[in-house]
Amino acid sequence: MKQLLILSGKGGTGKTTVASAFIALSKAEAYADCDVDAPNLHLVSHNDETYSLKGFYGLKKANIDPDKCISCGLCYTHCRFGAVIEGEKYIIDTNSCEGCAVCRLVCPVNAVTMKPNVVGDLMLYRNEKRVFSTAKLHPGNGNSGLLVSEVKKQMKDNAKKDTAFAVIDGSPGIGCPVIASLNAVDMVLIVAEPSLSGFSDMERIIKTARSFETDIMLCVNKYDINTGITEQIKQLCEKEDILFAGCIPYDSSAIYAINENKPVTDYDGKASDAIKQIYVKVFERLLDKV
Amino acid sequence: MKIAIPADERNLNSQVCISFGRAPYYLYYNTDNDKADFIENTAANAPGGAGIQAAQSIIDNKADILLTPRCGENAAKVIHSSGVRMYKTVPGSLIENIELYKKGSLEPLTEIHPGLHGHR
Amino acid sequence: MKVAVLSGKGGTGKTFVAVNLAYANKNSVYIDCDVEEPNGHLFFKPVIMQKTDVNVQIPVCDEYLCNGCRKCVLFCEFHALAYIGSKLMVFDKICHSCGGCEIICPQKAISEKNKTIGHYEYGYSGSIMVKTGILNTGETSGIPIIKQLLKDDPYNTGKDIFIDCPPGSSCSVIESIKDADYCVLVAEPSIFGAHNLQMVHELVKLYNKPYGAVLNKCTDGKNPSADYCQEASIPILESIAFDRELGLLNSEGKIAAQESEHYSKLFISLLEKIRLGVEK
Repeated sequence: MKQLLILSGKGGTGKTTVASAFIALSKAEAYADCDVDAPNLHLVSHNDETYSLKGFYGLKKANIDPDKCISCGLCYTHCRFGAVIEGEKYIIDTNSCEGCAVCRLVCPVNAVTMKPNVVGDLMLYRNEKRVFSTAKLHPGNGNSGLLVSEVKKQMKDNAKKDTAFAVIDGSPGIGCPVIASLNAVDMVLIVAEPSLSGFSDMERIIKTARSFETDIMLCVNKYDINTGITEQIKQLCEKEDILFAGCIPYDSSAIYAINENKPVTDYDGKASDAIKQIYVKVFERLLDKV
Repeated sequence: MKIAIPADERNLNSQVCISFGRAPYYLYYNTDNDKADFIENTAANAPGGAGIQAAQSIIDNKADILLTPRCGENAAKVIHSSGVRMYKTVPGSLIENIELYKKGSLEPLTEIHPGLHGHR
Repeated sequence: MKVAVLSGKGGTGKTFVAVNLAYANKNSVYIDCDVEEPNGHLFFKPVIMQKTDVNVQIPVCDEYLCNGCRKCVLFCEFHALAYIGSKLMVFDKICHSCGGCEIICPQKAISEKNKTIGHYEYGYSGSIMVKTGILNTGETSGIPIIKQLLKDDPYNTGKDIFIDCPPGSSCSVIESIKDADYCVLVAEPSIFGAHNLQMVHELVKLYNKPYGAVLNKCTDGKNPSADYCQEASIPILESIAFDRELGLLNSEGKIAAQESEHYSKLFISLLEKIRLGVEK
């Protein structure tokens, strides 16, 4: 199964818009949303059937048994994360606890236990034609690298054996979730945006993707917002030897489509036409590749 | 000589697992007597540092050779400092890759990817 | 007052709102906590007067004292340690600097040393104090940098502070809003925007912060984010219309409230509404 990953560096560039259009155009049999901090793909590429839900566990977190606690304060002095709250009986602020277990180590009366901790949910939508794997982290949890790996694994495990390709909506940023989403993909399509801030983020994401030695293509969304920077992006692609897949113009019908819970390409318009052309280029390359 | 390979299932005909650190099992194959042992990977679901822990277990189980499709930078550091040699697997089953290794047809693994670091 | 500006995802105009609020307020402090991708300085272009490294503590092992008992390796919940060929290996990018290995070592072989994970810069842009944190590529957590940025110092005294948070609702966002008096939730009017708004809304509710929403890039069409605000009783402080001119200003790193009368007025009135919200 060939895996196409769609990435952006900066958020809000239209990554999910492009991903949902590709899923619709290719009639993808397997797809996933790896933006586990703020998953959106289900809003536009969602299967009607019910889904299965599985809790996702992060590192265990400390818990102090008030009956055993002798209020000696050793846990408080040793915790480097400010996660122990002083009082008559000491308690753990689970939002600050990083699960290092130092408090358990130093407690002289074994009052501390490490408790399993659900940090998010894994969801799988499926019918005879396709599987869609996605997940959502609960607020305040940042353990998304492993969850991204789980989302991709869930997609792969549940896809039919003869599935030719999968489309993956990646995570924004350059951190751990992005690296996890890059793992084992065949091609990356970067959706860039012509702005100063978008430019530096794009350079960083190219650097990260490069280190995985996958094939990289790039397209510019809302290119007409600043044609000067769009030109600079094209030049960068040439310099870096990245295949330029095309430009998508700003088009209000794109917003209209999304608000109707539909992929952009379900409607006619400038953006829709451009995405269709980019789709052909990207998929020809993805599926021809050995 | 003892060969270690990340495995998807406890079965010599199963595929090589694409992830080193998060493989469900490791196959230890002794070429002296063709004995195969499957050992569960306790690091598979670790929120972070799975590769390091997995590499530690490969060394503790006294493997001489590691056959794997890929390896993260942290695990590679551990493996390299131990003297275990790494070879890159090709798509196919565990036993096929062992046979290829015996024939000397597998390439040494040199591409090391950045680790999938545990996030706080 | 301390105002945190946040959004469920990047690209909604969070930096645009934070930068322009700080600018319109005059004499304020702008703190960019989006340490993975700090962009506020592109607008302010501050003259940097101070640059400081941010360090965390990581363990080092004295080989002569270590007897290979591996208690530290087993203890480390983050799997940042390995013991290979009679040597302890430390994986500093995974280490959370909890100090547990030093405590558990029966041989007292482990001590700690500093490691730089990034830095922060202070500089003025006119009357605005601009503080920017930058996480080194490949490092996993910017929280130690955010903590440094938000520490009280003489620059902050008596000033209004505007915090540009990281996108999303992760632990680094929580760190950024902990001491805020008011949270501004920035969202786009699409169905994606509404969904992301819901996520940050859950977060600020969890921390009992007063809040209001700014809807950015509004068009005449449907506005699912406004619908969500009504449903969830979130006060809408401002609806900013989609404006190609504004898009161009932003893309070139210009501050709209400086360039245009319209945006100057808009942000001054937004500030008033926030002030009322803080006082409530």
